[in-house]
Amino acid sequence: MTGTIAAIGAGLAVIGAGIGIGMVGGKAMEAIARQPEASGDIRGGMILMAAFVEGAALIAILLSIFVK
Amino acid sequence: MKYKVSYIILFILSFNFVVFSQEQKLESDSIEKVQATSHESTHGHADGTHDAAAHDGHDAHAKYDPAATAIHHISDANVYTILDFVTIPLPMILYAPDKGWDFFSSSKFHAGHHEDGLSAYNGYVLHHGSVHRVTDAGFPTQGEAEISGFTHKTETIEGKDKDIFYAIHNGKEYRLDARSTLDGGVLGGGITSFYDFSLTKNVVSMILVSLFLIYVFSSAAKAYANNKDKAPKGMQNVVETIFTFIRDEVAIPFIGKDKYKKFLPLLMSIFFFILGLNLFGQIPFLGGINATGNLAVTMTLALIVFFVVNFNGKKDYWQHIFWMPNVPVFVKPLLAAVEIMGLFIKPLTLMLRLAGNISAGHIAILSFVGLIFIFGDSGASTGGGVIGTALAIPLTLFMMCIEIIVAFVQSFVFTILTASYIGAAIEEHHHADHHPAEHH
Repeated sequence: MTGTIAAIGAGLAVIGAGIGIGMVGGKAMEAIARQPEASGDIRGGMILMAAFVEGAALIAILLSIFVK
Repeated sequence: MKYKVSYIILFILSFNFVVFSQEQKLESDSIEKVQATSHESTHGHADGTHDAAAHDGHDAHAKYDPAATAIHHISDANVYTILDFVTIPLPMILYAPDKGWDFFSSSKFHAGHHEDGLSAYNGYVLHHGSVHRVTDAGFPTQGEAEISGFTHKTETIEGKDKDIFYAIHNGKEYRLDARSTLDGGVLGGGITSFYDFSLTKNVVSMILVSLFLIYVFSSAAKAYANNKDKAPKGMQNVVETIFTFIRDEVAIPFIGKDKYKKFLPLLMSIFFFILGLNLFGQIPFLGGINATGNLAVTMTLALIVFFVVNFNGKKDYWQHIFWMPNVPVFVKPLLAAVEIMGLFIKPLTLMLRLAGNISAGHIAILSFVGLIFIFGDSGASTGGGVIGTALAIPLTLFMMCIEIIVAFVQSFVFTILTASYIGAAIEEHHHADHHPAEHH
């Protein structure tokens, strides 16, 4: 039973990270469309922000793996 | 133009090779599953009791368990098996407090099907690729001893169901101690009675990748000395492109133009080491190593970053952690608590992100390959197996393409985060209210 609850928790974390990374990516694309000459800087920032969002989700997923 | 076309052809051919090799692997795997019974008879011995024992020991594998198979394939091992045929022996360095040191080659275990050892040596046995120790009375503690199979029972310890494994020797079952892990069994592995310092599959692959990188970079360096002021060529070209990209897009913007040179060797080593291991793990046939997906490996990398960042931290960095300027006094302790947590969460996320992403890719590929056995009902249904294969090949191919991108992105992310942490640590702020004289 705890395994099932942990799996639901991992799924919820992934939903959150998905929304977060989607927003980061979408806004970055908008920014690049507005200012194509700054695309390099924006891309770097985008990857960095996506990595931060993903980090929070990964902690949740790994906790759900270890909680048995 | 000519080169472009040949690169594209090479690219397509390489994918064809991947498909082909994957197909080969699947075929050989399914043949193995179908012929499982005949394999077991080769494990057994002349007299009847041993045969029965061997059969019992391998009954656990008769029903395909996708999760267990995936975990077995992504975890570290004490033997380096290529396609179940070639087993490269690795040196074993074992220490037990009550017994002392043991040095021998893993070929003493005579690893067979599923990386199970067919014999024990000095009281150690090989089960599913990892070394276990047998401390039960009556088990030979010196020299070789035949193992006719393994079996497992589910036991409830402290309210938790755990699989306890047993080795069968002379028709009797002997309990295996838990494998030696870095966490000492705290995270659920179980406390064990020995320490394993062996060169494992991951260690060997790390050494191989390091030697390859040393060769590539020293040959590129030699090319710069020999071809002064000429356009780079060959391997030098590949290395230079990635090197200047990391320098111009990661090191200079995040660390600063005047200080980046001190940290460039660290960033480059981290980037190429992770990239090399990520890509090496993607090669089919070569044991499918998962070194960057191993928490111990990524923890070491993250610890190096943690020490570099904090030993280079300037006064402003520590001030921002312990006593944040420009905020009301009652907020300062709260922020200090959050910042001190952040100090440890940063390397923790570095460690988890890399290991999680790489392991997830390996698990996805193994799950798609596992579709064959799920559809094929563990070898009972040929038609289902064919449908599973037809599904598994495109999915695996797709996943492998994604994994090549992930290999680059994750090594880049690790490097860019390292650079940003270092940049934040060595940055020297000039607060208007603190040092008004410095602003001219």
